[in-house]
Amino acid sequence: MTSSSILDHAARLRDGLPEGFRDEVVESLYSDAARITETSVTERHDGTKLTLDRLLDRALTHRVWGFVAMGLLFFGVFWFTISGAAGPSSLLSNVLVDYGHSRLHALVAPLPTPDWVTGLLLDGVYLSTAWVVAVMLPPMAIFFPLFTLLEDFGYLPRVAFNLDRLFAKAGAHGKQSLSMMMGYGCNAAGVTATRIIDSRRERLIAIITNNFSVCNGRWPTLILMGTIFIGALAPPALAGVIAAASVVTVAFLGVLVTLLVSWTLSKTVLRGHSSTYSLELPPYRPPKVWRTLYTSLIDRTLKVLRRAVVMAAPAGAVVWLISNVTIADASIAAHLVGALDPLGWVLGLNGIILLAYLVAIPANEIIIPTILMLTMTLGTNLFDAQQGVMLELGTAQTHTVLTQAGGWTLLTAVNLMLFSLLHNPCSTTILTIWNETKSPKWTTVATLLPIGLGFAVTGLTATVARLAGWA
Amino acid sequence: MAEDLPTPSASPPPAANTACGTCVFNNAAQLRALGVDVSGHDHVVALAGNPNTGKSTVFNALTGLRQHVGNWPGKTVTGAEGGFGYRQRHYKLIDLPGTYSLLSDSQDEDVARDFLLFGQPDVTVVVVDATRLQRNLNLVLQILQVTGRVVVALNLVDEAHRHGLALDQRHLARELGVPVVPMTARNRQGLDTLLEAIEQVALGTVATRARRVRHGDDRTEHAVSELAARLRRDHPGLANTRWIALRLLEGDPGIERAVTDGTLDRLSGATPHAVSSETTGT
Repeated sequence: MTSSSILDHAARLRDGLPEGFRDEVVESLYSDAARITETSVTERHDGTKLTLDRLLDRALTHRVWGFVAMGLLFFGVFWFTISGAAGPSSLLSNVLVDYGHSRLHALVAPLPTPDWVTGLLLDGVYLSTAWVVAVMLPPMAIFFPLFTLLEDFGYLPRVAFNLDRLFAKAGAHGKQSLSMMMGYGCNAAGVTATRIIDSRRERLIAIITNNFSVCNGRWPTLILMGTIFIGALAPPALAGVIAAASVVTVAFLGVLVTLLVSWTLSKTVLRGHSSTYSLELPPYRPPKVWRTLYTSLIDRTLKVLRRAVVMAAPAGAVVWLISNVTIADASIAAHLVGALDPLGWVLGLNGIILLAYLVAIPANEIIIPTILMLTMTLGTNLFDAQQGVMLELGTAQTHTVLTQAGGWTLLTAVNLMLFSLLHNPCSTTILTIWNETKSPKWTTVATLLPIGLGFAVTGLTATVARLAGWA
Repeated sequence: MAEDLPTPSASPPPAANTACGTCVFNNAAQLRALGVDVSGHDHVVALAGNPNTGKSTVFNALTGLRQHVGNWPGKTVTGAEGGFGYRQRHYKLIDLPGTYSLLSDSQDEDVARDFLLFGQPDVTVVVVDATRLQRNLNLVLQILQVTGRVVVALNLVDEAHRHGLALDQRHLARELGVPVVPMTARNRQGLDTLLEAIEQVALGTVATRARRVRHGDDRTEHAVSELAARLRRDHPGLANTRWIALRLLEGDPGIERAVTDGTLDRLSGATPHAVSSETTGT
């Protein structure tokens, strides 16, 4: 009983107070803080460091040059990643896939194991895992430390600052630029990071659009497609540059889609005012190079790789099973691919890619290995592959498999890059969205809206390309 | 480049068996990073502060964990936990989300406020950016209204120095009424003094006298005092009644809920610390 009367008591006292007493309370707090600061801090006027910071900020957050610098920096990071990863990737592929797989087979051969066991474990689980390691480890080991160095230096808040103006124009909260940056690592983390946004309306916008930040699991797909299809169009000397440019283009497209979708949502179903807030730019700090290298390798690279491996193993098993279990003269995989093919054609993709995206709902990391595995099994048998077995493939051979066995064209590669940007979030992210919103409606919207957009965009690209006679 | 190399002190010095390592004056050597092991802790320590002041760096330095440290706000949105030992005691450390104030209503700020109020940590370390003292003090003053058991970690003093700022931390400590420890958490400088201060506040060997803020004009001040007296009468042993009274006057839904659902009764069920910090406001 006392509890409600305390509230009454408070209400009675509140009525006796002047209108703006809340502001006065805050003001007295602030003036106290100001007074204490004044008496405890003395300023020497020789801050040369300060002017260097200001100078850098003037360039990096400039209306025009800020964006130019952003483009160049990210381009540099990807170019370095792509050109640096090629060698180690093919080495790992030789050791793990080529040598390792045949050694394992030789080891197991004398043992009385049934064929389906060796098939499932060696050709399904081991090969797909080895593939994921060979394809993903080198680019990640280069990309993440570079990205973390930029972060440690204090550059990411400047990116957020540049984008802040655009988000405000799109009717979204400026802090969305921060949760978006988190999304470039992992969308689930990005969705959790939207907790910094107070208004539910703006938070929902940030959650729904977070999937348009290309996450860890999708960079390898983009980098590989950019390298073997787009980079290959250019003369060898320029290949790396062009490949990097294509990856950066897709990432920027993601920012553009984020802004467009935010704008549309805030003009339609999630209407309201955008709140103001102040984003402070932390000072630049000389990055702790060794510590950054260490933590980004251990925490980021290995974490993502572990997730990819953990997901790749069962996915490899699933692919092996659906390729080898036959119903009415054809494998389950063949039936599924056949059913998905017409839709795939309309989207400028194919049934195998769509099936791969179904298998890869738990983790985007395994898209490429799954596609290759299915293509080699179901397409023309170029390399004498057994059902559901991936053979040793370098980058050049991957290109051969996809174009010859899979019938891929430049359109397929471009649309795969677009679809990689625009499709449903992975299951972890969907679960996180549910946990954060507790709303079936918004979880569904956040899941289906990106894939709807993906269908529309790839369908449009395919139609235009076919009408123009490019594909 | 040389300064980017891990400093020798970055790893615990292998000095436990030498004279210096065991000396009681070598504070940092007595730090035992316990990682996620928080079992059987003697004290709970909360880490609060504005975004981007180095809370997670301090957290990592004390616990030996590798919480992702990002140079931007909003990266810690849930409280991370870790443990450390210092001298004979075990401490559980909670890394709270960075907040600019305890007055707004976003989810991350609620986490911080609720923990300070309802979690009743034995010590709250407020990490402060020395280069932006005024804005940081706004939060410190608010926290001081909630709990008096505070240590202010004046972080980034190296940066403040580079920017030509000279700070009088003894004056600051007198004004705030709590210990102020200048430090550079990135280089583990000042960690020993911080540990010492945490221990002293946890054990009550230094008396903190948290600065009390006058709220607005006389009428507001009077209303706060009247409601605080009422709260003390209904909930004997409840700490920080003035702050709760102010929040109730402002109609804070979270605090009103705490009144109706009996959380206040539970809090006034008086842990010894809650009673002793009652004196800090006077």
